[in-house]
Parts: sequence; structure tokens; C-alpha cells
Amino acid sequence: MEITPQHYMIFSAVLFMIGVIGVLVRRNIIIIFMSIELMLNAVNINLIAYARQLEDVVGQVFALFVIAVAAAEAAVGLGILLAFYRNKETVNIDEMNVMRW
Amino acid sequence: MGEAIAFYTLSTLILVFAVLVISVRNTVHSVLFLVLDFLLVAALYVLLHAEFLAVIQILVYAGGIVVLYLFVVMLVNLKRPPEQHQDTRRLGRLGLVLAGLVLVQFVAISTYNASGTSSVPVDDGVVGNVERVGMLLYTNYLIPFEVASILLLVAMVGAIVLAKREL
Repeated sequence: MEITPQHYMIFSAVLFMIGVIGVLVRRNIIIIFMSIELMLNAVNINLIAYARQLEDVVGQVFALFVIAVAAAEAAVGLGILLAFYRNKETVNIDEMNVMRW
Repeated sequence: MGEAIAFYTLSTLILVFAVLVISVRNTVHSVLFLVLDFLLVAALYVLLHAEFLAVIQILVYAGGIVVLYLFVVMLVNLKRPPEQHQDTRRLGRLGLVLAGLVLVQFVAISTYNASGTSSVPVDDGVVGNVERVGMLLYTNYLIPFEVASILLLVAMVGAIVLAKREL
């Protein structure tokens, strides 16, 4: 019973899909941010599984960069969310249309 | 055999907790399931011989980002749940269809057999995983590393500016 990168790929595809469902279905923007984190995690699992398969540690370096960008995204996204909540008193994305013309 | 058992156990738990993250009504419970998810993904990294990434995953995700989420959930205490929306069911069906398409695409990609050459071996017992990643980060990927640090600095300043009440 060999665990190949295909196993990891299918698993991370399912995890990514759960994140996509979360982004599309939920209306609470905090849950949507968390779904984005789940998707980034799925991408990282893929990168590291193939780093192991190809015996090349570059995949892990790229996963590190993905983690750095995810941290920056979370900080800025939650800052925007706090600024928005102070003005509109809501976290429902259907009411977030101040940038729409 | 042991690796297979570990993989199936970890992946099943990760998927269950991921579903709970997006389906639980209470946002605080959702964040707590996210912590469990991140910790299990770190265990999966250990299984893949990426020990440095596992430590970073626990430090950055389970330690940093999740605390940030918890703070925001506590600051934004909701008077009414935002989920009472008129066409949630329609959006849900659309989401399921689109996610099914994404899954088909991924299965198509995963059946494509990848093969390639190796430049730096992951694990040959001479030096550890941290040394390898560090060597690569400070030699070949020095400029992306510095760009990432500038990105983090900019994000930090931006988050402070955004969250500040008045400038």
C-alpha cells in the first residue's frame, strides 16, 4: 500500500474544494477568510508532496513563501474587515458594496 | 504500511475538520476547528519529511494567524447572524456545481504522470531539512526572501493604518 503523490494530490484537491465551497456558500467574511487559508494549505500540501517525490527541496522553499504571503493577506484582510465593520456594523459580504458603482 | 495508516488517518481528520470549519454556525468554534486543521496539516508535513515547514506551520498559522482571527471574531461580536439571506440555497447549489468542476479538473491533472530531474535531495541523512531549506533561502532564493520580508513589513504597516481609528 504505497502512498504516492497522487494520493496527496487528490486529498489536497478535496481540501481545496472544501475551501472553494466555503468561499462560495458562506456569507460571513471571517469564514471566507478561513476558507482561503484552507485553500492555501491545500496548495502547500501539494508543493511539499511533490518536493518529496522529485527529491527537490525547492518546493518547500516555495511553500514557505506561500505561508509568508498568507500571513500578510490575513493581516491586511482582517484590518480591512475591522475598518469596514466600524463603518457599517456588518460582516455580511452581500452588504459590502461600497466599492461597487 | 505505517505511512499509509498515518496518511489516511490524518487526511480523514483534516477533511472532517475542514468541513466543520465551513459548516459550523458559531464563528468561534469555526476558528477552533481551524486550529486543529492547521496542527494536523503540520503533522502531514512531518510525514512528508518537511520538518522545518511543520514547525513554521505551527508557529505562523496555529500561533499567529489563528490568534489574529480570534481577536477579530471577538471584536466583531455580532448582534444578528449574517447567514439569513434570501437566496443562500441558490448560491449553495452554484457553489457545489463549481466545486465539482474544480474536482474534475484536479483529477484530470493528477492522472497526468509527472516526472522530473532532482537537483537537491530532500533527505539523504547528511544534513537536516532545516539546513537544506536555509541554504537554499540564503543563496538561490535570497532576493525572493528579501522581497517576502518587505511584503510582510508593508502588510504590517498597512494593517496598522487600516485598523487605526483615526490617523
